[in-house]
Amino acid sequence: MALQSLDITRRSATSTQPPDRRKTQEVVKLIDVSKCIGCKACQAACMEWNDTRDVIGANHGVLDNPMDLTAASWTVMRYSEVETDRGLEWLIRKDGCMHCSDPGCLKACPAPGAIVQYSNGIVDFHEESCIGCGYCIAGCPFNIPRLSKKDSKVYKCTLCSDRVAVGLEPACAKTCPTGAIVFGTKEDMYHHAEGRISDLKSRGFAKAGIYDAPGVGGTHVMYVLQHADKPELYHGLVKDPDISPLVSLWKGVAKPLVTMAFGAGILGAVMHYVTKGPNEVSEEIEKEFKDEK
Amino acid sequence: MKNDPKKLLRYTPSERANHWLTAILFFLAALSGLSFFEPLYYPLTMLFAGGVWTRIIHPFLGVAMLISFAVMYAHFRQFNVMTPSDREWLSHVREMAGGDDRNMPEAGKFNGGQKLLFWLMTISMALLLLSGIVIWRAYFSPLFPLWLIRFSAVVHAAFGAIMIGLLLFHIYAAIWTKESIEAMLYGRVRRAWAKQHHPAWFREITGGGK
Ligand code: HEM
Ligand code: SF4
Repeated sequence: MALQSLDITRRSATSTQPPDRRKTQEVVKLIDVSKCIGCKACQAACMEWNDTRDVIGANHGVLDNPMDLTAASWTVMRYSEVETDRGLEWLIRKDGCMHCSDPGCLKACPAPGAIVQYSNGIVDFHEESCIGCGYCIAGCPFNIPRLSKKDSKVYKCTLCSDRVAVGLEPACAKTCPTGAIVFGTKEDMYHHAEGRISDLKSRGFAKAGIYDAPGVGGTHVMYVLQHADKPELYHGLVKDPDISPLVSLWKGVAKPLVTMAFGAGILGAVMHYVTKGPNEVSEEIEKEFKDEK
Repeated sequence: MKNDPKKLLRYTPSERANHWLTAILFFLAALSGLSFFEPLYYPLTMLFAGGVWTRIIHPFLGVAMLISFAVMYAHFRQFNVMTPSDREWLSHVREMAGGDDRNMPEAGKFNGGQKLLFWLMTISMALLLLSGIVIWRAYFSPLFPLWLIRFSAVVHAAFGAIMIGLLLFHIYAAIWTKESIEAMLYGRVRRAWAKQHHPAWFREITGGGK
């Protein structure tokens, strides 16, 4: 959805500057994993605000439900039971789009305007321009976009760009009963996270810290983790994510090089033809066969 | 084309039909594929009824081209076996391109350059098929690990570009060598043309005579 059509910093498959003369404040959703009780109110709020209804699945004997993100479930709670130096710990992470500053999905997307990044940092899919190729799925370092079987478009968390555009916080943050999800300017959220981290440290979590993925230029969804040195503990949260070098090669340097090579080749052929002339049958051989025409 | 009995049959009607079918399907696959490669070419999707249709039909066009190409491959492979004389031909290719064919060893039905192109196209086609299946999101991508999908995307884009480059070269060579397009269009060539461009083949089918 494009409520902020004047505040677009980046637009997929577009080499000129989209409208972004104004500057909006960069926003961040901060998820404090240590405060989350796994009630899934955010999951329900997300479905309700965005009016998505997933198919009713099966119970797998664990709390995770649905078991994975889908085109209709843009956020899911991931429950991990892990052994740490503090004994058994139950770590619950709200999974969903991280809204990277340097989004791999946007880089990979071949359809102009199917993915945009607003100047407030939100990365949004515009499904009406999506062609359903799934390149964004290959580009994403966090395994987030999901292709819908119904309409062959991809869907993911919008960070409630429609709510944020009119000065509201995302539905999940609005609904969280423990205050584990907070939303605000990037600066304020860093400040808030610092307070949370020093509190956790004072309570014995020596490695508590923030997860904001510098490898993708920082994210607009950040976590406060009790064990920031081991993000993998949180249902395999990627340690040091970045845009894969293969994706950078594919949708980066290769593009201008190939086009220049085509141009040089065609120009070379024309020059060869006009300087060397065509490759014809020689005069001697023509004479030899002059009875034939 | 007047039917001149003195002319030599170079390509049979079925060979010609197969060649031009492959050529048409190649153009369709290449133009539709290019549109995903870089935004500059995205307007090409208009030739295929828009972005979504282009995404849907490109892989099918690719597979159709592959089938037509495979028929051509099975048939022409026997004429494209590299011989020492072809390698010798290739080592003099710069002189040939400069317009001096005095040192060129005698080419058979196909010269060393044509044979090399044949094999490079065959390799590209095979890699395009394998990588194309891996990045075919609607049916196959979910079966493969992410690293392989990313790797295949690079391979597919690279060999798509290489294949287009080879074909541009092939087309130029046909324009440069006068009367060769007519050979593929109408099937027959003048004896003089055969003796000039493919002397060993000329001798083989005429028994050395005029
Ligand atoms: C052999 C069968 C082929 C298959 C199964 C195949 C499949 C695919 C698929 C699935 C895509 C992604 C876009 C989409 O979903 O439509 C794609 C992209 C592409 N294909 Fe093919 N293809 C084949 C042959 C070819 C051929 C013959 C060419 C041209 C020489 C070609 C050139 C391209 C290019 C340039 C892209 C864009 C790559 C990029 O995004 O950088 N393909 N192909
Ligand atoms: S599936 Fe849609 S959003 Fe994703 S890369 Fe393709 S066109 Fe872009």
